[in-house]
Amino acid sequence: MAATQEEIVAGLAEIVNEIAGIPVEDVQLDKSFTDDLDVDSLSMVEVVVAAEERFDVKIPDDDVKNLKTVGDATSYILKHQS
Amino acid sequence: MTSKIKPPKGAPYARIMGVGGYRPVQVVPNEEILKHIDSSDEWIRSRSGIATRHWAGPDETVAAMSVEAAGKAIADAGITAEQIDAVIISTVSHFMQTPSVATEIAHALGAGKPAAFDISAACAGFGYGLTLAKGLVVEGSASHVLVVGVERLSDLTDMTDRATAFLFGDGAGAVIVGPAEEPGIGPTIWGSEGDKNTTIKQTVGWDKFRVGDLGLLPLDEDGGIKFPAITQEGQTVFRWAVYEMAKVAQQALDAAGITADDLDVFIPHQANMRIIDSMVKTLKLPEHVEVARDIETTGNTSAASIPLAMERMLATGQAKSGDTALVIGFGAGLVYAATVVTLP
Repeated sequence: MAATQEEIVAGLAEIVNEIAGIPVEDVQLDKSFTDDLDVDSLSMVEVVVAAEERFDVKIPDDDVKNLKTVGDATSYILKHQS
Repeated sequence: MTSKIKPPKGAPYARIMGVGGYRPVQVVPNEEILKHIDSSDEWIRSRSGIATRHWAGPDETVAAMSVEAAGKAIADAGITAEQIDAVIISTVSHFMQTPSVATEIAHALGAGKPAAFDISAACAGFGYGLTLAKGLVVEGSASHVLVVGVERLSDLTDMTDRATAFLFGDGAGAVIVGPAEEPGIGPTIWGSEGDKNTTIKQTVGWDKFRVGDLGLLPLDEDGGIKFPAITQEGQTVFRWAVYEMAKVAQQALDAAGITADDLDVFIPHQANMRIIDSMVKTLKLPEHVEVARDIETTGNTSAASIPLAMERMLATGQAKSGDTALVIGFGAGLVYAATVVTLP
């Protein structure tokens, strides 16, 4: 069954916590991965790959650069999850 | 008529008999790089793990560095140069198309008349050369093969590109591959993914330097012609290197009939400390496996990185002769090669 927005944000929060050590409660829709959550371009790849596995979605490299905020990633996953 | 051809008589198996390295004299700290790009020591270290690298001087040519590294490998193997009957040089930064630099190196070493040729397999070059050498020894076309990975990547670095200016270094790493009674080099898992051939590449080909094509060359801020340099798509390379190469590494372990628990040492191509760390995590390598992290003081030296790291690990006692090591190279092409070896 497809994940809801709340489930995706919670899942991304766990992933970002695991990869960048950011507290899960800090991972909110309006937060920028780079500026607010200390996720640099390489860590972002790790976040994306973990999100792909967790939400059964493909996120090509060309689309990764458009995922600036947690909200961007959540919308993308909502739209593309199978 | 079809005459019966005598079958070749090679050695039962092959092994790495000796290793040697050469690092250029000049050590270049991040501060030097920061004269050319808007960045910081902290940023470079956090993105790459690199603190210093070596840059070759005018006399430290591809041939000269190779001869130094090869001399050490020959001594380590306990053979003489005359016993070498094939020389394989892997490089992307020797700027003479022909003759091959392998012939110059063979001659300088006093190796007699060995078969000698260059190969181009970028950062997988050492694994490609090692695989060819093993084949020659087992098939019987050579008894002792010199394999050198050598680069002067400082010549192919755009010092104004903040994504790559800090990344590359120079040096040479060499091994001698010879006959063995037991397998010392496992099956190679290798291949290429040409659909990704623009992911890491030289900015322009040398043919563009012909008079008439100069308008096609990249220019710097002052309108001067920029020398070709290596560029890469960082995120794409990172994803491929960590996740796809972890699968290749696992296949190499499977092909050798061992598991990660049986490994003593892991020597991945020294591309980036972040790639190395993520590979170790993805492969779930046990704690006891020693991991090569030579990149911190050597930078990314492409084909030279694995033998250079191997030599340093053996010299510092981080690894010892007889240890079982997984080596994996990956880079422009994209190409890759992974195999399990017994350290010399």
